[in-house]
Amino acid sequence: MSEERLPPTAPEKSAPLLPADSGRDRPLFAVAAILVFLACLAALGARGAWTVSDGWIADLSGRMTVQIMPVDGRDAEADAAEAAALAEALPGVRRAVAGTRAEAEALLEPWLGGEGLPADLPVPLLVDIELAAADPASADDLTAALDAAGIPHRVDDHARWSEAVVRTARLARLMALGLLALIAGAAAAVIAFAARASLAARQSVVDALHLVGAQDGYIARLFERRFFVLGIRAGIAGAFFAFAIALLVTYGGPGQSEGFIPVWSFSLWDGAVLLLAPVLAGLIAALSARLAVANDLRARW
Amino acid sequence: MPSASPDTRPDDTFESVIRFDGVGMRYGRGPEVLQDITFDLPRGSFQFLTGPSGAGKTSLLKLIYLAQRPSRGLIWHFGRDSSKLHRRELPDIRRRIGMVFQDFRTLDHLSVFENVALPLRVAGRKRKEYADDVAELIHWVGLGDKMDAQPQTLSGGEQQRVAIARAVVGQPELLVADEPTGNVDPAMARRLLRLFTELNRLGTTVLIATHDITLVRSLDVPIMSLADGRLNTGRRKASA
Ligand SMILES: Nc1ncnc2c1ncn2[C@@H]1O[C@H](COP(=O)(O)OP(=O)(O)OP(=O)(O)O)[C@@H](O)[C@H]1O
Ligand SMILES: [Mg+2]
Repeated sequence: MSEERLPPTAPEKSAPLLPADSGRDRPLFAVAAILVFLACLAALGARGAWTVSDGWIADLSGRMTVQIMPVDGRDAEADAAEAAALAEALPGVRRAVAGTRAEAEALLEPWLGGEGLPADLPVPLLVDIELAAADPASADDLTAALDAAGIPHRVDDHARWSEAVVRTARLARLMALGLLALIAGAAAAVIAFAARASLAARQSVVDALHLVGAQDGYIARLFERRFFVLGIRAGIAGAFFAFAIALLVTYGGPGQSEGFIPVWSFSLWDGAVLLLAPVLAGLIAALSARLAVANDLRARW
Repeated sequence: MPSASPDTRPDDTFESVIRFDGVGMRYGRGPEVLQDITFDLPRGSFQFLTGPSGAGKTSLLKLIYLAQRPSRGLIWHFGRDSSKLHRRELPDIRRRIGMVFQDFRTLDHLSVFENVALPLRVAGRKRKEYADDVAELIHWVGLGDKMDAQPQTLSGGEQQRVAIARAVVGQPELLVADEPTGNVDPAMARRLLRLFTELNRLGTTVLIATHDITLVRSLDVPIMSLADGRLNTGRRKASA
């Protein structure tokens, strides 16, 4: 080529090969941010369900309750005290506390009103037994000891309850994880759909790139990068709102809550959820955009 | 042309850059717009492709740069049977072909510089390595002061020169131009033709589709002429 005056400027930086399309990308950004928001709430709720159900199980599994049956002619409070002493003497019992009639009445108050019960109405008394962590006494041990002393009673080792609680807790965890998976799947599907639409909208650009010799992978990477950035941004927005809502529920709402309500605790898990959410959103967006575009391109020629 | 399976030969020793053998082509389920096209583009040759509007020139070029498949017949690109090409292999073939489109196909969201540099960029070349060459080429086609302009702000002739610069920037083995002088004045047309002959002298095979008779007459080179989808080959003496 001939030598003429040398160019004044070759522009310094490369322009992006895909034209920006904020008009089309904005609704997608909103949908992605909302999905990340929901996913964060689900994750924080899952953590809530975890903590609460762990608490329930711990509460139930270390204890037994003995009901002293009121029988005409017997002093229930004396029976309860004796039962507590007998229980505490057993190996594998850490502590046994006999409940008084006043305490039993207090427990019944919500159902029977606060007027006080007739003094002659028999009320079962409760003996609360705290088991040793290692080698705890069994319900049978306790029953045998009380039967030997002739105390009319019923032992409740909460087995029925703890099974139900464990089952419920497991279900709650599964539901939380399932919810997370569903939201991630929905996000991937939305991004794939959007990436295809984006590809179609930039058909002339893609054609031109192909005709000057661009590989499919090169074009897919352009979309992948764009949707990665979009995913990260939407993820940050969604995680931020989830954080705000959790703070609001924790400090502005009813306070201590149970189950699926996403309360904030300054735990590793909560921090990890909010920090990882944008990264995961970016990766999901990038991956599904890449697969969608690559798939679309492969179907041609 | 020897008949022994040409697609197994190494490209470099293959004397035919493009070879058509009994090619027919239709769009969708429409009529055949090309019929029984058989020709050779020997390596290093310079040829014109002429014919009236609608004769099928652009369609034939689409087959060459792999934007369409033939509906029958065989096409060899650089010695490779194109019916056996995998999609993965298309970009490599296309990078060896510089294409000037009749409708330019420039990208409006990119500057003139970016448009011209596009083939190098998608081939993974470093910007630092090519920036000066690209700028020099843009100067050479007379667009030095339009380097940062968007193509849609340029005149038809200026856009055409962007398209030409983009086609030749990668020093392709084959340059295919569809009506490359349709929008420029005779002086610029001669200048562009000089660019093509210069490239041809350096070894690039050139095929130019045009119905510009003065352009065709200005060189003594083989002419393929299409009429109604059929091909006649010949040679018209300059100023005949
Ligand atoms: N995309 C298409 N779909 C259907 N038919 C097409 C398409 N492109 C071209 N044709 C038809 O193919 C025939 C040849 O068109 P082509 O563009 O190859 O002609 P041409 O020789 O390049 O004409 P011109 O000199 O006007 O550019 C025409 O009859 C045209 O209608
Ligand atoms: Mg044409």
